[in-house]
Amino acid sequence: MAQNQPDRGQRKLPGGSQRYSAFALAKKAINYHQDWERAWRDPEPKPEYDAIIIGGGGHGLATAYYLAAVHGINNIAVIEKGWIGGGNTGRNTTIIRSNYLWDESAAIYEHSMKLWEGMTQDLNFNVMFSQRGVLTIAHSEHELREMSRRVHAIRLNGIDSEILGPAEIKKFVPAINIDQSIRYPVMGGFLQKRGGTARHDAVAWGYARAADDLGVDIIQKCEVTGLRRQGRKIIGVETSRGFIKTKKVGCVVAGHSSVVAAMAGIHLPIASRPLQALVSEPIKPILDTVIMSNAVHMYISQSDKGEMVLGAGVDKYNSYAQRGSFPVPEHMLAAAVELFPVLSRLRMLRHWGGIVDTCPDASPIISKTDVEGLYFDCGWGTGGFKATPGSGHVFADLIANDQPNKIAAPYTLERFRSGLLIDEHGAAGVAH
Amino acid sequence: MLIIPCPHCGPRDEIEFACGGEAHIARPLIENKISDADFADYLFIRDNPKGIFLERWRHSAGCRKWFNLARDTVTHEIIEVYPTDSLPKKAAARTSYSSSWRRHTVAEKAAKIGKHSQTEGTK
Repeated sequence: MAQNQPDRGQRKLPGGSQRYSAFALAKKAINYHQDWERAWRDPEPKPEYDAIIIGGGGHGLATAYYLAAVHGINNIAVIEKGWIGGGNTGRNTTIIRSNYLWDESAAIYEHSMKLWEGMTQDLNFNVMFSQRGVLTIAHSEHELREMSRRVHAIRLNGIDSEILGPAEIKKFVPAINIDQSIRYPVMGGFLQKRGGTARHDAVAWGYARAADDLGVDIIQKCEVTGLRRQGRKIIGVETSRGFIKTKKVGCVVAGHSSVVAAMAGIHLPIASRPLQALVSEPIKPILDTVIMSNAVHMYISQSDKGEMVLGAGVDKYNSYAQRGSFPVPEHMLAAAVELFPVLSRLRMLRHWGGIVDTCPDASPIISKTDVEGLYFDCGWGTGGFKATPGSGHVFADLIANDQPNKIAAPYTLERFRSGLLIDEHGAAGVAH
Repeated sequence: MLIIPCPHCGPRDEIEFACGGEAHIARPLIENKISDADFADYLFIRDNPKGIFLERWRHSAGCRKWFNLARDTVTHEIIEVYPTDSLPKKAAARTSYSSSWRRHTVAEKAAKIGKHSQTEGTK
């Protein structure tokens, strides 16, 4: 797939705004770091905005940033009911990759990958993007054959991907157990070297700071309680801090998408489910890449602090509780210990759940709705973090132009009527 | 962890069960021709309430029978267990049934044998 570089926009820092650099760090050290400016303002909501983004997670903040930086729409607000990055942005396992099976998925996730590759410079904020590789493991002959078919499809889309045998995997990940006698033996795997991890909080903070620099109001502790319509047109949002007038509302609220959609009388094909993750006590470096296993629903990496970061499969029932059931992490830990016996006596420090918005075809919805001026970016399910910049970029484009660009076009709500689904269930190493 | 009261086997751990998602979705009859958009309501669009949800469960590692649960998706409290071919009895669960947008969809109306229906099953 011959893809052009995405339009990163022109970010002009207003006079007086501080830039982060080694020099700035040294300069501030003289004053014991007492005079750092706050990274973004805490404004009162204005009575009216050109556009309002509901949801101050990574996707919402990225949308606001690209609206301002690429499309020059600065009179916008991001409305967040809690604190920015406090939902799924701060609850995921930070894995980034673009090795998806279908052309439509390859287009959006690779678009995202290119934005990741320049994000730290674009935002002048270190998001600690580390292309340490993502290795997905096959545990059966059939899975390996299916995997090689996917690898070829992925490579045809111009995305790096390679098959490794058990011996090569052992060389790449010395801590792994490739003994063929275990319940789910390592038969092979495929690696995307450009994949990796990033610091999830920094992604939210970086976009927030950059968007704020461009005049975007980030309004926290402000819950949307209703969407006000005039006929088929949106005219504003009701919030816990009063009514705010606007003509365009972009809704990026992940697990609560169905709740906000219902405020406008729209129904989505989404089920909200808990997705759990946990981290261990910190240990010395043993794993310098990301390991995923689709068959046993496990993914693992090691943070820079030394904690092992583990993610499980999605829970089987709908929930808004931000916690899941114990058997899910138990199942995942059993698989993790079998693959990495060194983990067996490790203690887990923290365990949490996030509410993910799962779609019937495991692909997102980036779409206009039947209500004029109301847009949805949701349905990212269990794999939204990797898409943060790409999702924000194309969603900003949709809001600005009122029509989807080439990358976003396949992701409309209309596909559930036409049947043109983008079936990514189990494809390209997606752990669902 | 949910402890689910199977109507046949009594309370058992969630791990013995499979969740079948939203309950009370009636398939439109083939002779009641409806649009693709209306059919999507039946096929893909799902109720996803924050609060009481009526859902289907199956005791897949036990008696293997289907039944329905009225469960709160915020507190995970199980409000009522009832058979698949009936409606819940508790008021809150009943409200959840009657207030669902699905009751007003064309797809649900088309699931009933009506005057446009040419089926012989009306007798």
